[in-house]
Amino acid sequence: METDFTPLASAFGGALIGASAVLLMLYAGRIMGATGILSGALFGPDRNWPLALIAGMATGPLALLALTGTLPAIDVPVSTLALVGGGFLVGLGVTWGAGCTSGHGVCGLARLSPRSMVAVPVFMLATALTVFVVRHVIGG
Amino acid sequence: MMRLLAFYFIGLLFGAGISVSGMANPAKVINFFDVAGTWDPSLAFVMAGALAVTIPGYRILLRRAHPLADTRFHLPEAREIDLRLVVGSAIFGVGWGIAGFCPGGALPALGTGHLDVVIFVAAVVAGIVAARGPNIWRTVRPAEA
Repeated sequence: METDFTPLASAFGGALIGASAVLLMLYAGRIMGATGILSGALFGPDRNWPLALIAGMATGPLALLALTGTLPAIDVPVSTLALVGGGFLVGLGVTWGAGCTSGHGVCGLARLSPRSMVAVPVFMLATALTVFVVRHVIGG
Repeated sequence: MMRLLAFYFIGLLFGAGISVSGMANPAKVINFFDVAGTWDPSLAFVMAGALAVTIPGYRILLRRAHPLADTRFHLPEAREIDLRLVVGSAIFGVGWGIAGFCPGGALPALGTGHLDVVIFVAAVVAGIVAARGPNIWRTVRPAEA
């Protein structure tokens, strides 16, 4: 399915994401990486602050609803099996790769981390190849 | 309590940003990567908007001796580009391409109550648990070095 090109909303949302990452570093000295935060909420050692962060994140769509009257669109163009299989691979990959789009992308690249500068092009390329295979080779 | 409230509001700002940006929408995410099909370049603007804040923001605030509410900055200390990093990142990319959600998009999306998000996050947690289980990398690393 087609989606609208939204450069302004996307750049503005990105700036909010960046601002939250800067505030988390300023306040607590932590990286705003969804993977690390989810692992922290599950396995500790201090589970309270990651859980508070996740609770705040999940309130984000409701804040948008309050301000604009609509929840963010969530269109899932894949099967439940793809969500389960893809989700499992995401969990494996972000744990071994020590980060995802937020941790390596938004935070790691900004710190000029050499590991993030390898991780980001590797996963972007892997994602693009996967989408090509799923949509144009298998899907046809 | 005040401390947890601060984390909550920082998370809220992140969740609002994700919601506005379109990163919580798998159709939009997959279209960003579908250059050969229904391409939607919007998500490049998300990354650009975020980096436009974090690059100068980190540069200024990391000059501080310590953060406001902690005695030190908790920055990742690993420097090594190893097989685990590269293979892990590639596996993440494959999973992201299949499902269309990434962790940073899905955690805020949990707030919509959409069942697909819950299913995805549960599968991610299963993957994290599996990856933390057997340490297969201890045997790989020396061979690689």
